[in-house]
Amino acid sequence: MDLFTDVVFLSRLQFTLIVAFHFVFVPLSIGIGLITAIAETRAYKSGSREDADAARFWVKLFTTTFVIGVASGITMEFSFGTNWADYSRFVGDIFGAPLAAEALFAFFLESVFLGVVLFGRDKVSPRFYCVSAWLVWGGSCLSALWILIANSWMQTPAGAALALDGSKAVLTDFFGAAFNPTTGLRYFHTITAALVMGGLVAMSVAAYHYLKGNHLDFARKTLKTGVVVALVATCALFVSAHSTAVGVWNEQPTKLAAMEGQYEDEVPPLYFFGFVDEQNEEVVGLGLPGFTSFLATFTFDTVYPGLNSLAETEQFDGLNPSELPVNAIFQVYHLMVAVSGILALLLVIVLVGMKTGKIENWKWLQKLLVIAPIFPLAAIEAGWFTAELGRQPWVVYPSVSGPDGVSLLTSQAVSTSVTAPELLLTIVLFCVVYLILFVAWCRLASACVKEGPVAQHDGDEAALSFVEKLAGTAKGGE
Amino acid sequence: MEFTVLQVLWYFLIFLLIAGYFVLDGFDLGAGVLMPFLAKNEEERDIVRRSIGPVWDGNEVWLLTAGGALFAAFAPAYATTFSGFYLAIMLVLFGLIIRAVAIEYAHRDVKWRSFWNVLFVIGSLLPALLFGVAVGNIYAGIPMDAGGNYTGVPLLGLVTPFTLLCGLLGLAMFCAAGAGWICLKAPVGSDLRERALGMRRIMQVVAIVLFAAISAFGHFLIQPDMVASLGALRWVCAILFGVAMVASLAIGAKGDNDIVPFICQSVAAVALVFLLASSMFPNFVVATPDSIGPAISLANASAGDLTLAWMTGIACIGVPLVLAYHVIVYRTFRGRLEFE
Repeated sequence: MDLFTDVVFLSRLQFTLIVAFHFVFVPLSIGIGLITAIAETRAYKSGSREDADAARFWVKLFTTTFVIGVASGITMEFSFGTNWADYSRFVGDIFGAPLAAEALFAFFLESVFLGVVLFGRDKVSPRFYCVSAWLVWGGSCLSALWILIANSWMQTPAGAALALDGSKAVLTDFFGAAFNPTTGLRYFHTITAALVMGGLVAMSVAAYHYLKGNHLDFARKTLKTGVVVALVATCALFVSAHSTAVGVWNEQPTKLAAMEGQYEDEVPPLYFFGFVDEQNEEVVGLGLPGFTSFLATFTFDTVYPGLNSLAETEQFDGLNPSELPVNAIFQVYHLMVAVSGILALLLVIVLVGMKTGKIENWKWLQKLLVIAPIFPLAAIEAGWFTAELGRQPWVVYPSVSGPDGVSLLTSQAVSTSVTAPELLLTIVLFCVVYLILFVAWCRLASACVKEGPVAQHDGDEAALSFVEKLAGTAKGGE
Repeated sequence: MEFTVLQVLWYFLIFLLIAGYFVLDGFDLGAGVLMPFLAKNEEERDIVRRSIGPVWDGNEVWLLTAGGALFAAFAPAYATTFSGFYLAIMLVLFGLIIRAVAIEYAHRDVKWRSFWNVLFVIGSLLPALLFGVAVGNIYAGIPMDAGGNYTGVPLLGLVTPFTLLCGLLGLAMFCAAGAGWICLKAPVGSDLRERALGMRRIMQVVAIVLFAAISAFGHFLIQPDMVASLGALRWVCAILFGVAMVASLAIGAKGDNDIVPFICQSVAAVALVFLLASSMFPNFVVATPDSIGPAISLANASAGDLTLAWMTGIACIGVPLVLAYHVIVYRTFRGRLEFE
């Protein structure tokens, strides 16, 4: 097989694997992090033992998940240098600074205060403990900001110019680069998606205990928190989805064309589902004519350039439509949209169930909710694949408003000193190590959820004294 | 050769970040490597884990910061070393990954505990040994093509007597710091502390011997081209290293003071990093005589001054914050641990 000796393919495969794995735990951590911080705040304010038990439950689930995100996140920072050396040389002046800032401003914040959250329950005041939980969550949101600044710069470069010798991009405007045309949109979109995930995890935990008939009071409170978070985040998500799409429409025409499988210039329809026949360059599917045009421009008749005519322009002359995985991009994009639709419907049903008070009897809905976190997860992964596959064949995309010459083909970005056998070896190792981590996480996380909030035993002095301290502060605060 | 102020500043700041990593993650990596030799039962292993539990993650971020800063300020150096030492770096990475999860999961996953304990030790050993090997290579030189890509044999080409000695010195320093930390945190009079005390002495003596061997080896056989004006700094660092190590041994000899020997050990670690920096300046990666491409140095690897200026601003805000976080967490978790 050719593929096993193709360094570009293997480098991409490895990066896809490690990012896809990492990106399971990022939205989980950011989402559960918010639920945990809310639970800690509730426990701090009420001073009740049940709320403290619930908060400890969330801390346990959160830390179990967070550590996998931290561990798999180290890989990313190594990978730019190990596997994408020529990319690193090209973008170093711009891409490195947000990574360094991410470590300084975000990683330290989350890791140091995670230490407090993990080990400090009986060492620090309840107020400080609660603040620490928020700081860990804030750190993870900041981390997402810096890495999305870096990633968005790859999608829509700005604030840079090509060096005189053409060897690399140099920084000309820091804020221009940091707040490039899609940073804000994509950050908003990613964070809201992660918070939907958090809401769904809370709803899933609540539904599990409804089904088992355990911890019903905990289940009720958790469901309410989950629904509120999911609802607010979903509304924001739809706004952010729209603005992200407009950003793609304006800046990344080849990505948009691939998302709707559009080879020729036409008014883009909005497909519900379909299939891109890459041989005949046409889409077989069901869609609303002119609706993608409408969503981006509020008119039904704006003609959008297709892949074939874009490939003939000077700006996109690296593009070869027959080599672009158009069907894959079409499918992941439509998967994301479809799953988001299902999610919105599910939320409406849950709201109806809560309003009528029937949710506690609707076993079918509870069963559905237990597995429901799979929906945002699928949408998030599919969305990420859309974004990253859609910018191919470039690693630094020649966006519409981008500076002249600041773009790089993926095939020119890999490390030339790394050989295919080395890559095969590390791909196998990553699969083995990540599989072990995943199995371990599944065991511990499911054990944690099954156990639910554990009431403090009278013998557990440290925890009891914490509850007393809590009660003391709550009274003192009144 | 003329360099801008910012370039020189960032050359040494990168080494400062590395020194921060060497000191802070040094002791928790060392504690991990030594766990099977110091802790003989689960109670003692629990003390080892809890002694580093609240702080190891923050310590490790120094590595990510140094890596990110190297990427930002001197991308070619980052690209050449990380891609050139591919398999070695991947082993370091796998070590850091399994170790991170192992330390968090060992106490809450009773069924798999012995498995996590093994991963914790292996995961600590791999980085602790391989960092030194990597440093030995950039110091002794590697062959590169015109684009700065490593052209030697993958992995095995990086192992020479000199680089192996460097790896062992790094390991001994990590272990000495790790033993020193366990001395500080273990219950007074416990077997754990007694073993750690003995281990600290052994590792410090080993480190001093290895340092002497590497200095002789480096001076007579490698004969690097050193910048003359930094000669005084090299002497200061070398003497500081020796004095700090001996002071640590002498003050710790009676075993009634654990904090001063630990601080002296940390000072020696910083001195070692700056001895390296002042010996290598202005190079990041030295080229061997058969190398086609030139050494990676400040001259051909620096980011533009605008990037470096922004990085300086980021560091001026970020570093004080980071130090404040560290003070908070180390104060919160100060003092010895007790068996549970």
